[in-house]
Amino acid sequence: MINILSSILILAGVFFYLAGSIGLLRLPDLYSRLHALTKADNLGLGLLIAGLALHSQDLFTVLKLLLIWLAVLAASATSAHLIARQARRQETDS
Amino acid sequence: MKTMTLHVFDGLLLLSIVALAWASLATTDVRRSVILFMAFGLVLAVAWGRLLAPDVALAEAAIGAGLSGALLLAAVHRQPRPLSPVSSNDSRHQGPNGLSIVVRWAVTLLSAALAGTLAWALLHAFSSTPHNMLPQAISGNLAASGVSNPVTAVLLNFRAYDTLLELAVLLTAVLGIFSLGQATPGYQPAGPVFDGLVHWLVPVLILMAGYLLWVGAHAPGGAFQAGAALAAAGVVLRLAGRSRIGLPDGSALRIVMAAGVGVFLLVGLSLLLLGRPFLGYPPAWAGALILLIETAAMLSIAATLLLAFLGGQPESTGVKAAAKQQREEISL
Amino acid sequence: MPELLSITALGLVFALLLGLLRVLHGPGAGDRMLAIQLIGTAGVGMLLLLSVLLDQPALIDVALLLALLAGVTATAFTGQQKTDHD
Repeated sequence: MINILSSILILAGVFFYLAGSIGLLRLPDLYSRLHALTKADNLGLGLLIAGLALHSQDLFTVLKLLLIWLAVLAASATSAHLIARQARRQETDS
Repeated sequence: MKTMTLHVFDGLLLLSIVALAWASLATTDVRRSVILFMAFGLVLAVAWGRLLAPDVALAEAAIGAGLSGALLLAAVHRQPRPLSPVSSNDSRHQGPNGLSIVVRWAVTLLSAALAGTLAWALLHAFSSTPHNMLPQAISGNLAASGVSNPVTAVLLNFRAYDTLLELAVLLTAVLGIFSLGQATPGYQPAGPVFDGLVHWLVPVLILMAGYLLWVGAHAPGGAFQAGAALAAAGVVLRLAGRSRIGLPDGSALRIVMAAGVGVFLLVGLSLLLLGRPFLGYPPAWAGALILLIETAAMLSIAATLLLAFLGGQPESTGVKAAAKQQREEISL
Repeated sequence: MPELLSITALGLVFALLLGLLRVLHGPGAGDRMLAIQLIGTAGVGMLLLLSVLLDQPALIDVALLLALLAGVTATAFTGQQKTDHD
């Protein structure tokens, strides 16, 4: 039972990763790519971590996995903001 | 099925590494090549993990993916823009002259010699019969080494002298950085979004450094990785435009810089005085001594890497600070 | 289960290769930086999968360190340096 749930979560995670990467390649400009990548990537990683957490041996590992997801979430949100702001700044300069 | 998939995984990872390395060297734009180099470091960290070398993967993640990227980007930003690869008005670029041709040939021959030596060593390793004398020697003596992580045992006990010399090399490097003069002017104060990131990222990085230092005794980790994580915390504070980035002021900074080598030497010489060989820990004390040395080494390594990012003496220790103090004393 | 994990790892490598195309092609520095974020997140995912596949729990620590430093790289890219006459 746990195996089935974990497999579903992990496969869903990879699906979102690939969706985000395809969006990175196919979307027309930086801002739309930022949207696609940041949201899809973090969701994919979250599903992946949820699937792996079901298989962990102890609570400490689960807490570490959760910390990884939170760190990536906060870091990508900040990075997306900073990258977009930098691109905006360069647009108004030139 | 699993091994075949893993082989394909390995092949694609290898392809990405080679492609990134090639692209990083082949582009003419310096900023682009730095970004490609950062990506190279990221993929390399995964490759080390795949090769079952978590200690190296930790170091690569902290330094190759994080710190060296920030360091190179800071250096590139300081160059005047725009960067043109070839400037036709520049009198220096009048076609390759004799000296540059000689230099190019010398570098090519040296690189070819290095590649040939590595290829020969690799072929030799593959063709000789496998033996496990070294792993057996390590696992045989692990119980008396004071730690249960074989990498830490080798670095801090069996080959402690080599690590002492490595820390001395780092100390020499930071002396070289100090000789560059004042550190570069800092960064603009961060906006609210970046500030929010700093508020939680720096404490977590410091905790991570402490965790890596502690866990290094029985799992992958250790002083070097912990020092790199600590330096990353200081780099984040610096990028956010803070004036206090964790480096102590004045003479305390010099003590921290020398702490790694200093504590190592103190331990070694004390053991000599007690009649034991230099850095020959008594097995009962080995664990505690290793932790002591690793703590001092972590602080030194963190200070060294952070000072490398600063690019010179920090404002509180340098010539400008002394001059400012003199002016204040005169005006009083 | 191991087969699923290895196939997932393969999927992540494909995502990485797609990100590589963007990081090599550009056309702006922002696009490259964004692709670095993808490579970083994919790397974290791959390390987590490898930690289960190869039975190396230490790789979770590597993934954690990589995740923490992912923020540093983008901030290093966009940091505004002060000028000399401050």
